[in-house]
Amino acid sequence: MLRVVGLWGEVSAEDHEDGGASHHGGGYKIVQWEWSYVQTPYIIAIWLLVASVAKILFHFSQRFTTVVPESCVLILLGLVLGAVVLIANKKQLYQLDPGLFFLFLLPTIVGDAGYFMPSRLFFDNLGAILMYAVVGTLWNAFCTGFCLYGVKLAGVIDDKVQAGLMEFLLFGALISAVDPVAVLAVFEEVHVNEMLFIIVFGESLLNDAVTVVLYKVYISFVEVGPGNVQTADYFKGVASFLVVSIGGTMVGLIFAVILAFITRFTKKVRIIEPLFIFLLVYLAYLTAELFSLSAILSMTFCGIGCNKYVEANISQKSRTTVKYTMKTLASIAETIIFIFLGISAVDKSKWAWDTGLIACTLIFIFVFRAMGVVGQTWILNKFRLVPLEKIDQVVMSYGGLRGAVAFALVVLLDGEQVKAKDYFVATTIVVVFFTVMFQGLTIKPLVKWLKVPRSTNRKPTINEEIHERAFDHILAAIEDIAGLNGYHHWRDKWEQFDKNYLSKLLLRKSVYHKSELWEAYQKINIRDAISVIDQGGNILTSARLSLPSMASRTSFPEVTNVTNYLRENGSGVCLDLQVIDTNPGAKVEEETETHHVLAGNLYKPRRRYQSHYSRHFMTVGDQERQEREVFQRNMRNRLESFKSTHYKRHKKDRSQKKARAQLHLSQLLLLLTSRVKPTNTQLRLGMTQAELVLKREGCSEENKGERSEPDKDEDVGITFVARKGSETPKERPKSVPAALEVCQSPSVAPPSPTCGEKNLPWKGGIGTLPPCVSVEATKIIPIDLQQAWNQSISSLESLASPPVPQEPQHPRVSFQFPGGKEEEEESALSQQQQEMQPLMPSLRPPPPPPSGWCVGKLKLCSLMGL
Amino acid sequence: RWRLFSDLLYKHNFSEIIQRASKIFVSHSQITRLYSRFHSLDKGENGALSREDFQRIPELAINPLGDRIINAFFPEGEDQVNFRGFMRTLAHFRPVEDNEKNKDPSAGEPLNSRNNKLLFAFRLYDLDRDDKISRDELLQVLRMMVGVNISDEQLGSIADRTIQEADTNGDMCISFSEFIKVLEKVDVEQKMSIRFLH
Repeated sequence: MLRVVGLWGEVSAEDHEDGGASHHGGGYKIVQWEWSYVQTPYIIAIWLLVASVAKILFHFSQRFTTVVPESCVLILLGLVLGAVVLIANKKQLYQLDPGLFFLFLLPTIVGDAGYFMPSRLFFDNLGAILMYAVVGTLWNAFCTGFCLYGVKLAGVIDDKVQAGLMEFLLFGALISAVDPVAVLAVFEEVHVNEMLFIIVFGESLLNDAVTVVLYKVYISFVEVGPGNVQTADYFKGVASFLVVSIGGTMVGLIFAVILAFITRFTKKVRIIEPLFIFLLVYLAYLTAELFSLSAILSMTFCGIGCNKYVEANISQKSRTTVKYTMKTLASIAETIIFIFLGISAVDKSKWAWDTGLIACTLIFIFVFRAMGVVGQTWILNKFRLVPLEKIDQVVMSYGGLRGAVAFALVVLLDGEQVKAKDYFVATTIVVVFFTVMFQGLTIKPLVKWLKVPRSTNRKPTINEEIHERAFDHILAAIEDIAGLNGYHHWRDKWEQFDKNYLSKLLLRKSVYHKSELWEAYQKINIRDAISVIDQGGNILTSARLSLPSMASRTSFPEVTNVTNYLRENGSGVCLDLQVIDTNPGAKVEEETETHHVLAGNLYKPRRRYQSHYSRHFMTVGDQERQEREVFQRNMRNRLESFKSTHYKRHKKDRSQKKARAQLHLSQLLLLLTSRVKPTNTQLRLGMTQAELVLKREGCSEENKGERSEPDKDEDVGITFVARKGSETPKERPKSVPAALEVCQSPSVAPPSPTCGEKNLPWKGGIGTLPPCVSVEATKIIPIDLQQAWNQSISSLESLASPPVPQEPQHPRVSFQFPGGKEEEEESALSQQQQEMQPLMPSLRPPPPPPSGWCVGKLKLCSLMGL
Repeated sequence: RWRLFSDLLYKHNFSEIIQRASKIFVSHSQITRLYSRFHSLDKGENGALSREDFQRIPELAINPLGDRIINAFFPEGEDQVNFRGFMRTLAHFRPVEDNEKNKDPSAGEPLNSRNNKLLFAFRLYDLDRDDKISRDELLQVLRMMVGVNISDEQLGSIADRTIQEADTNGDMCISFSEFIKVLEKVDVEQKMSIRFLH
C-alpha cells in the first residue's frame, strides 16, 4: 500500500510548481504543498474511501446484491483498479502485502469473529470443528501435495515448474486451508443454519495452527533440502503443532482473563472501555505472533473467552461502540483484502501460468475436500447427537473456500529457495478467484436447490430462554443419573466452576449478583419496545381508528365528533378522567383529550439544556430518557392492544344493553368513564411501576420505603417518576378545569429528567390521583411514617369499597378498583395488572357499586388534598 | 460383565427384560450398561431404587432441578422405581433416530418423541398435575434456577411476562398445548436428547 509514492510523487511535483507560480515564487509562501508530510496517511485514507464508496455503489442495486456476493464484486473492482494502475504506470505498484495483511487486516476480521462467536454453539460443535480443522486440513495438505508431485512425475505439469516433493507439500499445505475471510464473506450472505455455519467457520479459524506449523516445517525442510531431513524433525513437527496450537489458545485465554479483569474496574472511565477491548484482543494476536504461536487461535479464544464477562461489565454504550467499531473495521478490512486480491492479480511480473498445475490443483483441492468431509463425517456421525446429513456434507465440501491467507503465505515464500514460486503464486490466485467467485456465486443457488435448512435469525423469547435453561439442567441431571460423563455433565461442571470462581473474579460485584435470566428478560423487554416503535409507534392510533365498533356508533348517532369517536373506539385510553369532578364543557373536554392523545403519542421533543462538553464523560440524560420513553410506549401499546381486544367486545354488548334501557348518553358515558378511569390510572401506574422495576436493577429491594441508591451504573438508575405528581394537588385548587391544569403542568415543571412524566394525563387531575399517589407516595414518605400512612389509606379504602382481604403489612398499598361486573373485563384487567405490576397481589376485587366507588374516590381525594 | 448378566437373570426374567427394553432402547450393550449403573445406585440391593438412592448422586445435589427430576422417575404415589421404570424415564432422552421419524403412526408414540420429551419437561413445572403451569408453579421453578440473587419482584415480572407470552386462552396458566406452541421453534429433539453410548 505504501508503494504508491512514485505515482503520487509525479503528480505532486507538478502541482507544486503550479502553486509556486501563482505566488510569484520566493520568500515566504502563504500556502505550502506538504505532500511528503501527509502522504502515507493520505493514501491509506483515500484507499479506505475508495473501498467504502465501492460498497455503497454496490449496494445500490438490491437485485444485484442478492445474486452476486460482495466479495466477487470487490475482486472484480480490484481487477479493474489494478488494470488502471498498470496502464497508467506500466508497473504494478500495489499488492496485498503479507505484513500488512497479517498484522492489520486479518486481526480485525478474526477479532470480530472471535468476540462475537456464538460460544454455546461453538462448544456444542467443538468436536466436529476440531476434527475438520486438524484431520481435514492435514488430509487435504498431504493428499494435494503428494498427488501434485505424482502428477508432476507423470509429466502433466510442465518441466519449467522446478519443484520437488517438499515444494509440492509446502504448496499443498498453504493451499489446503479453508480461509476464514472468504468463508465469512460468502457464508454471511448465504444464511445457512447456524450449525453448518459454525462448523465451516470454526474449522476455518482453528485450522490456522495446522497451516502455520505445516508451512513452517516445510519451509525449514526446503531450506535444509529434502535429503537432510531426519526422523527427529518429523517428531519436532508434531511437537511444534502441539505447542503452536495449545500455546496460542493459552495466550488467548490469558489475555481474555486479563481483559475481563480490567473491565471490572472501568466504572469511572467508561469512555475508554472499548479501547481496552480492542487493545487487549489485538495484543493477544500480536503476542501469539511474537512467540510464533497460532495468532488466529489466540485471538479467537481471547474473544470467545472474554465476551461473556466483558459484555456484562461494560456499559450499554460501550457494548454498542465495541460492536459497531468491530463490525466497521472488519468490514473495511474485508473490503480492502478483496480489492487488493484483485489488484494483485494484475501483475505481469508475478504471472507464471502453467495450465497443468492450475487444473490439477483445482481438481485435487475439490476432490480431496469432498472426500475428507465425507470420510470425517462418517466417523463423526457415530458420535454425534445430531448427525450431519448428506446435504450438509455437500455444502461443507462446497464451502471449502480458499482466500487471502493462502495468497499472503504464498507471497511470503522466498523465491530463491522455492524456484517455482511464481507458478505457485499464479496458481494460488486462480484457486482463490475460482473458489471465491465461482463457488461463492453458485453456493447460494445450491443451498436453495438442496433445501438446506436456513438460519431463522430469530431472537429467543423469554419462554425459550427459561425452558432451554431447564432443558440443560434436565440433561445434566439425566447424564448424572445414567452415569454418563458426557458433554452435559462437563458443561454443568464448567458452569459450576464459572459461577463459583471465575465469575466472582471477573465480574463486577453489582453484575455478579444479577441473574442472567433477569438480564435476558430485560433485553427482551427492550427489544420488544424498540421493535414496537420501529414498526411505527402509531400502531395504536391506526388500530384505534381503523377498528370502529360499528354497533355502538349506530346505536348512538349523536356521537359524531372526534372526541366521542375516540371515546367510543379508544378503549378507554383517551377518556378524560375529569368528567366526574368538573363536568367540563365539550370543548374543554376535547382539548383535554387532544392533549392526552398528543402527550401520549408524540415523542417528547429533545431538550437541549445540556450544553455541557467533556472529553471524558458522556452526558447521560438524553439516551436514558429516550430509552425510558421507548419502554413506556411499548408497555402502553401492549396494554392498549390488550385492552382493546378484551374491553371493546364487552363494551359493545353493554352499550347495546344500556341503549335498550334508554339511558341517557351522558349518563352512559359517565358510567363508562368511571369504569375506565381506574383502569386507566392503573394502567399508567403499572407502567411507571414496571419502569421502576426495570430501572432498579441491582438495587436492594427489601425496603421499599428507603430510596436506596443502586450501584449506579451510567446506564441504569432509579427514576421515581411519581414524586412530583403526588405533590401537585396541594398547589391546585379543585375547581380549575382539568384541561388547564394539564396544560399548565409542563410549564410549571422544572426541566428535570422526570418532567416528561408529569405530562402524563393521569397526573393531570385530582380525581385520578389517589390510586397512583397512594402507591407511589409510600416511596416518598419517611419510613417511620409509613405505618400510619398505610393505616390511613386502608381506612379510607374501607370507606370507598367493602373490605377486602388485603395485606396491610405490604409496604405498597394496592388499591382495589372496580373491575366491573363482567368477568371478561376483569380478567383482562388483572392480566394487565399481572403483566405490569408483579407486586400487586392478584386478588380479584369484589365488584363494588360503581357510583359508590366514585363517591368513595372523591372523599378520598378530598382527604388526600393533604 | 458376566456377573451382571447372571444378576439380571437371577433377579428378573432376563428375556422378558430384553424384550421389553429393546422396545425402549436399541442395543443390548446400552441395557447392560444402564443395568450396571442401576445396580450401583441400588444400595439397598432390592432391585428397586428409592429417592435416597438418587439423592446420593453428588451432582444431583447441586442441580437446581435435581429434586424435580428425581421425582419424575417415580410414578405417582410410589417411592420405589424398578429397572424397567428407570429405563422408561431415561428413554425419553434417547435421540430420535432417522428410521423412527417415518414409522407408521399406528405403533403408538415412542417415549422419545418430541411430545413426550416436552411432556417430561412440562411435568417438572406442573407440580399439582393439573396439566397447567400456574404462576406459582412457574415461580417455584424459576426460583430454583436463578438462585437468590434476584428479588421476588423481578422474578414475578419474569413469570408474568412468560405466562403472558405463552397464554393464548387467557386463563393465566400455561397448558400443555400452549407449552408445545411456545416451544415450537425450538429444536427439542436435539436439546432434550443425550447420547447413550452403544
